[in-house]
Amino acid sequence: MAKVLVVTSGKGGVGKTTTTAALGAALAKAGQSVVLVDFDVGLRNLDLVMGAERRVVFDLINVIQGDANLAQALIKDKRVDTLSLLPASQTRDKDALTPEGVAKVIADLSKKFDWVICDSPAGIERGAQMAMHHADMAVIVTNPEVSSVRDSDRIIGMLDSTTEKAKAGEKMEKFLLITRYDPQRAARGDMLGTDDVLEILSIPLLGIIPESADVLKASNVGAPVTIAEPDSAPARAYTEAARRLMGEKVEVTIPTERKGLFDWLFKRRVA
Amino acid sequence: MTFLSSIFKRRSSAPVARDRLQILLAHERIAVGDGKDDLLAKLHREIMEVIKRHVAVDQDKVQIKMDRGAQCSVLEIDVEVPGLTDRAENAKKD
Repeated sequence: MAKVLVVTSGKGGVGKTTTTAALGAALAKAGQSVVLVDFDVGLRNLDLVMGAERRVVFDLINVIQGDANLAQALIKDKRVDTLSLLPASQTRDKDALTPEGVAKVIADLSKKFDWVICDSPAGIERGAQMAMHHADMAVIVTNPEVSSVRDSDRIIGMLDSTTEKAKAGEKMEKFLLITRYDPQRAARGDMLGTDDVLEILSIPLLGIIPESADVLKASNVGAPVTIAEPDSAPARAYTEAARRLMGEKVEVTIPTERKGLFDWLFKRRVA
Repeated sequence: MTFLSSIFKRRSSAPVARDRLQILLAHERIAVGDGKDDLLAKLHREIMEVIKRHVAVDQDKVQIKMDRGAQCSVLEIDVEVPGLTDRAENAKKD
């Protein structure tokens, strides 16, 4: 039986789609079969970040409405063969996401894959609620910044009250993923530290993704950072986070950029 | 002087952010909850029910203010009750 994981945050632009792609690819590279489902109907972007934008024929709404079957809509990744994508519709509106339809798609995907990773849209409206409704576990993506932390708190409240698991009286597993973290600014006291965010939100930490140019570079070329730049600091952080999701005990560290002698000399000279 | 003090007494902003969030969320968790137990709305409703039981109150004559602090919060409900003075005046006439 698959694990259904929702990647959510409340606030937009904190890195949900980047995280969905990077964690999914890292899990798939570890041998798990993974499907990424984009719930951002009308503003889909997971296809673009995954480099599959020109291969979309059918989408989630087509499957829900019976215009296509799952096999026709799923896009297999060309780099990692255990990774697939179910894109969102770009033209329909969110009302097309019916609770029964979503439930059936998630149930069907659960039979075929080890992991069903749902990329939630921003906000707390229908799309976000549909994305989290059937989840067994949640990754809450948070930037070390006041508005993101506040919205994450709200989302955690919703995960504990409106989801299928919560209504059945079961406990939803929740993990915090801090993204765009800058250790130097945190050390200077100009950015919320990981302890601050953890203390406020009080859910277990899945990982800390350092702010890095490699994330943008990867999305520029349409590849998850864990595939495009697997040795970069954010990719190593995502890979470790994926191992924790699989139940491995890995100590949380903040990977740093590996700098060559030339970078080091150059930096010294500039400073 | 200002230059020197700005170097030595440089205030970091992260603790301010943490404190503001802690105060805000402590309240929001009660206020939002799961949508059922909005404490302030409940207090407001029940206090109004008690007042209405004894006097007729005009909704527009009720003012509600809220001040949220770290240690305690103040919920101020200001109700103008014309009925009481009328009754008092009636009592005098009798």
